[in-house]
Amino acid sequence: MGDKKEVAKDLSNLGIDNEMAEQMQEEFILSELTVGRDDLLEVGADEACTDDILRMLGREEEGEIKLCDIEAKMNESPIPVSIKSELREKLRTVRMKLNAANVDAVLKRVEREYEKAKIEPREAVGIVAAQSIGEPGTQMTLRTFHYAGVGAIYITLGLPRIIELVDARKKPSTPAMKVMLEKEYAYTRNRTEELAMEIEVTHINDKQVSKIESSIDDMCVWLSLNTRELEKRYIKKEEIEEKIRDLDVLIEETKDGKFKIHPKIKTYHELLRLEGKVSNMLVKGIEGIKRAIVRKTPDGEYMLYTEGSALKKVLKIEGVDSTRTTTNNILEIADVLGIEAARNAIIEEMMNTLDEQGLDVDARHVTLIADAMTMAGDVTPIGRHGLAGKKASVLSRAAFEVTVDNLLDAAIHGETDELKGVTENVIVGQPIRLGTGSVELLAKSYGEMTK
Amino acid sequence: MRTKKIKGLKFGLLSPKEIRKMSAAKVITADTYGEDGFPIEMGLVNQRLGVIDPGLRCKTCGGRMGECPGHFGHIELAAPVMHIGYVKLIYRILNATCRKCGRVLLDEGERKQFLEEIERYRERQEDIGTVVKLIFNEAAKKEVCMYCGEYFSIAAEGLEEDMSTGAVSNKLKKRLEEAGFSISKKALLKKDMDNKCLFSWRDALDNDGEQLRKFLMDDFGITWAKNATITKIQKERRISVSDGKKSVEITITAKKDRITIELGDEVSYELPVKKALGKLNIYNYKWEIEDGEKVYILKRVAEMLNIYCGERVRRIKYEKPTTYKEIDEEGNERRLMPTDVRERLERIPDEDTAYLGMDSKSARPEWMVLTVLPVPPVTARPSITLESGQRSEDDLTHKLVDIIRINQRFMENRDAGAPQLIIEDLWELLQYHVSTYFDNDVAGVPPARHRSGRPLKTMAQRLKGKEGRFRGSLSGKRVNFSARTVISPDPDIDIGEVGVPEDIAKELTITVNVTERNRKLLSDAVQRGKNHPGANYVRRADGKKVKVTDINYETLAEELDVGWKVERHLVDGDLVLFNRQPSLHRLSIMAHYVRVMPGKTFRLNPSVCPPYNADYDGDEMNMHVLQTEEARAEAKILMAVQRNIISPRFGRPIIGGLHDYITGIFLLTQGVKNFEKEAVLDILDNVDVDDLGEPAGTYTSSVYEEIPYWTNKQIFSLILPKDLDLQFRATVCEKCIEKGLTCEKEKCPHEAYVLIKGGKLISGVIDEAAVGSFKGRIIDRIFRHYGEVPAKEFIRDVSRLAINYILQSGFSFGISDEDIPKEGKEQIREEAVREAEKNVDLLIRAYEAEELEALPGRTVEESLELLIMQNLGRARDEAGHIAEKYLGIENPGVLMAKSGARGSMLNLTQMAACVGQQSVRGERIRRGYQQRTLPHFRPGDRSADARGFVRASFKDGLSPTEYFFHAVGGREALVDTAVRTSQSGYFQRRLINALQDLEVKYDGTVRETRDTVVQFKYGEDGVDPSKTEGGKVVDIDEIIREEIEESA
Repeated sequence: MGDKKEVAKDLSNLGIDNEMAEQMQEEFILSELTVGRDDLLEVGADEACTDDILRMLGREEEGEIKLCDIEAKMNESPIPVSIKSELREKLRTVRMKLNAANVDAVLKRVEREYEKAKIEPREAVGIVAAQSIGEPGTQMTLRTFHYAGVGAIYITLGLPRIIELVDARKKPSTPAMKVMLEKEYAYTRNRTEELAMEIEVTHINDKQVSKIESSIDDMCVWLSLNTRELEKRYIKKEEIEEKIRDLDVLIEETKDGKFKIHPKIKTYHELLRLEGKVSNMLVKGIEGIKRAIVRKTPDGEYMLYTEGSALKKVLKIEGVDSTRTTTNNILEIADVLGIEAARNAIIEEMMNTLDEQGLDVDARHVTLIADAMTMAGDVTPIGRHGLAGKKASVLSRAAFEVTVDNLLDAAIHGETDELKGVTENVIVGQPIRLGTGSVELLAKSYGEMTK
Repeated sequence: MRTKKIKGLKFGLLSPKEIRKMSAAKVITADTYGEDGFPIEMGLVNQRLGVIDPGLRCKTCGGRMGECPGHFGHIELAAPVMHIGYVKLIYRILNATCRKCGRVLLDEGERKQFLEEIERYRERQEDIGTVVKLIFNEAAKKEVCMYCGEYFSIAAEGLEEDMSTGAVSNKLKKRLEEAGFSISKKALLKKDMDNKCLFSWRDALDNDGEQLRKFLMDDFGITWAKNATITKIQKERRISVSDGKKSVEITITAKKDRITIELGDEVSYELPVKKALGKLNIYNYKWEIEDGEKVYILKRVAEMLNIYCGERVRRIKYEKPTTYKEIDEEGNERRLMPTDVRERLERIPDEDTAYLGMDSKSARPEWMVLTVLPVPPVTARPSITLESGQRSEDDLTHKLVDIIRINQRFMENRDAGAPQLIIEDLWELLQYHVSTYFDNDVAGVPPARHRSGRPLKTMAQRLKGKEGRFRGSLSGKRVNFSARTVISPDPDIDIGEVGVPEDIAKELTITVNVTERNRKLLSDAVQRGKNHPGANYVRRADGKKVKVTDINYETLAEELDVGWKVERHLVDGDLVLFNRQPSLHRLSIMAHYVRVMPGKTFRLNPSVCPPYNADYDGDEMNMHVLQTEEARAEAKILMAVQRNIISPRFGRPIIGGLHDYITGIFLLTQGVKNFEKEAVLDILDNVDVDDLGEPAGTYTSSVYEEIPYWTNKQIFSLILPKDLDLQFRATVCEKCIEKGLTCEKEKCPHEAYVLIKGGKLISGVIDEAAVGSFKGRIIDRIFRHYGEVPAKEFIRDVSRLAINYILQSGFSFGISDEDIPKEGKEQIREEAVREAEKNVDLLIRAYEAEELEALPGRTVEESLELLIMQNLGRARDEAGHIAEKYLGIENPGVLMAKSGARGSMLNLTQMAACVGQQSVRGERIRRGYQQRTLPHFRPGDRSADARGFVRASFKDGLSPTEYFFHAVGGREALVDTAVRTSQSGYFQRRLINALQDLEVKYDGTVRETRDTVVQFKYGEDGVDPSKTEGGKVVDIDEIIREEIEESA
């Protein structure tokens, strides 16, 4: 009881702050603590205020439905989470107009609709999913590339991308990342750009960073740096000098700001090697990320798009929001974030690719494919080397691809085909065990059958 | 009728014994038919192998052609040959087993581990191939056999005299068994077993402390704590054993003539080595064991410490296609003939085959080397008689002829004592023929050819590929009771119907059992015979099938009785399956009701085109007549068109209005249009409406008569269910909200806000979003709330309404509708095109002056191209906007595009204003000549028109260069489509194959054939997408709204 009074006191002191009330509401629902009008009055709240407070808390007296009641009713309901959350949201907004009976009625109708929409047992969902993804394949463009906005990154899209996903390639043809930033970084362009440079790989010989020449006259490598460009990339000259020194060579700075690097052994061969070493040196950034581009989201937040992907390393960088940063390399996600994340990534990528092509495919089909691909605990491709090739049935595998090898192997292993799948039964000429074909029923006749 | 059900199929190898057992005849003669035209005895078309000639009887089963399924024969091969499909496997097995004792080279620990692994895989019904591969790798690493040496040393112990005979005397056997050995016959029966026995130390010690402890206790009387572990392995001969507190060091030293075993500093054992028991080799030392008694201990020591005895493993080399060579310690190669290989495989004990992934009952390793060849029945390789009377044999028969010939020659030569070289050549030849008999497409083997030069189609070729046995004849077959012809439209038939030409209806039949009730009907059909609603065949009660002919129809009709069957023609109302390839989804095959019609084409309601993806430009479709009652019931309930209005792909209707239907209904419902009764009735012609309802108002005519009128929206409302409530935005919606403007809802100037209340269209215009296929919100709602029949009827009524109206109001789109007034053209040229070209020139100039700034992460060139593309793209859009302004909303083209009936604004822009930039791979066209696209331009010209910008419209006509560029771009599109179809086809095949066995179980989970759970709840919510509205399970908004309204 003491708790209640405490809370009530807090509330009455707070006045009616919307945000606060919302928060408390949430907590109350969780703690199943009920603060009533009496509690409030007891702690000396203004009588006129109590109603407001209670309403805010979703604890209206008589007639109006309380939030916690809605929650309680919903908890009992068999409807799936996705519908529940939508329903909760919507009921909350119109709560004022509803009473308990109304909510019951709404819930009941929603439940009924859900019952009606439920999938029937024995439905061949796999085939339907495969068809639903495969059928629009013909309508997809083959044009591989697309760039999101000017100057941004090329990404494989359309049918090639879907095939790539389903094949679970080691590396997508155009790896790319979406790097989201933490609050402190996300709203200032400068810090974002700084981060971009932190991520984007810069080799010494990159772009406009420097000019490297080797001269045989004095047997040394000349490195002239573009200071403007360096500044832009937040690279200090000293850093580069340090790095070159690490190569265990002699380095000296000339008056005009150039670096003169001497090879240890003064041979032409050694000189060339040194030049190669110097020019391939990583100055800044993460290997594998060719470019990072700053973009502003509609929410006014800055973020990065990168060409190339290195999730593990990028997530380690200070300022990167590891909860929202992602890559289009599924296997990388599986490796870094686990198989569930990979599954979600497959769904996400497929839905986005289909969406981009303007094709409407129900998420459930895509989900099924993603689940089938990830159920073994690793990302299994769909084709000959994956799901289709690992099926239990010999006949089914033989009918798909590499017919002869599958038969030879089956003979050696003494395999038995249990004829549970579709193709097997088609091959032996029996009804398939799916849908109506899977219903086994023998009629028992009572009495004489009429002739 | 109870039919037998196949529960499973077991695969395995045929053993020689089995081949002989199932053989009906031994085939010796290479010939087929004799002079007299009859099959030769003992020949390849031996009459005991089945018959393919009419009139002859099978000598095995007595069946006639068609009755006798055929019987296998066999050929006794003069020498064993490799089965070509298993050469790789044989190679791996040879490398993984001991050449002497045949055991798989795994020690006990590995055996246990792998056996468990295999068991686990078997249980999960996964491919054990992966484990077997590991085993092969592990075993092939071994240098010395750890099994056979033991046998040899023991065998050597007692009975030297027995060795020479090669037999194991009972005495020896007994002694071995006393010593606690299980006796592998194979290992001991070897003739060439020598007395030499090599012992060598291995640097590794089996981690099994238990064994060591036991040994130490048994033989040395030393005990120590149970938890003792072997911690360290030092070099080859010192092992330290620890129980956590104290450690004991075991040292085994080998001196010139003795082996010393020391345990800590307490015990030391010395074993003298003497000659009598063969020579031992510990590394390079040699001893002769002196004391027979101690051999046992020595052996145990050896066993314990993984002192492998015996054979050094010799590496096997495999040379394609069928040669194996053994490399000895000196690096000499020796060819292993198939006989050697077979002997080695024979030696592998049954219990060891498990490690090779084999089950010795269904596949012994040596069965992979053939000694007997089964000859398939003649029915499997029928010969064809050509018109000339000549017989043309099947490819397999040809191949078998070759095999028998060589086989025969081989035997003759061998019997005659021909030189080894010749024998080997013949052996090689026999191997070649048997190889190609199984697979004529092996790398390294030249394919066997027919006389004409065509490669022969042998076993593997028969099975493989799209036309192979599996995909071509088992997974899919040609069928009876089917028809195929061109389709053509008929908007007057129901969407669930198909117009069938009478010719087809007369050919395709349905078998009906004659009963009391239908006898008259069927009798009449028989009476009519081949005239349309007739019958083609009658099956009498005794099962005899009689064709209905001009001569017998009357008697048959007369005699027709209960118990007979009649194959009657297809008539109106029969249920058939209708299909158009490619059958990409389940809606590509649907059930239609037959309507027999004159003409030669299938008639199809245009509204059903989308699911089939059909049009009428010459498309052909297939029809299948269902033959059983079960099939018909299933088709009616699951496959009927009306049941499949909603696509399971996205949960929206795939069947709905299209093209003119959309235009028509759009024109009807657009704006305010009033119709007098007569006009209303015209529009409602053939529409299922019997009450017009109250008129919206009255006009006063010139003669002061009150003439009632109905509004257009009222007319449309007549076909809506009376209590339909719905609101959505039409295709014409300008997406104000997305643009940041407010939606004016009912007051929308485009009438884009469709509001239906109580079955009345209050506001908005009906277009693609309302009744179109793929979108069709109204259809969607009606299907869900009122069922499939009302939905079907709604589609029908909308179509008729639309057609009636558009027929009345008229609608056309011609070339003059693409006309834009002069000032419009001027504006396009000046404001859009020229402006853009100017910008492009500026950009180019800036680039050439090296003033152009590169975009982030791009080179200057790339940036230039990007900017130019952008400018030119904008130019076309701009031109489009101007054109749209001048064409006006009344323009039929614009009307069609906006309402979603056909075409897009882009199409119109290209026709009327400007075709725009042509591209190849998303870039401007730049290939052709050096530095330029065409000789019409200067080298290095980057201007718009030199790089494929088409400024003209299709209406204006393209200039020669423009025409060329357009063709270039057009070709890319063509290539793209061609590549895409094949790619997506294969993609879908793979998807289907991977997912086809997934099924929702009664507990709501999705599982595959092994009962592995794929999803615990289908789609996470257990909802069927085809029972949703575009993926949404319930319209919560609506439910709440209704609830509030009700309670208010």
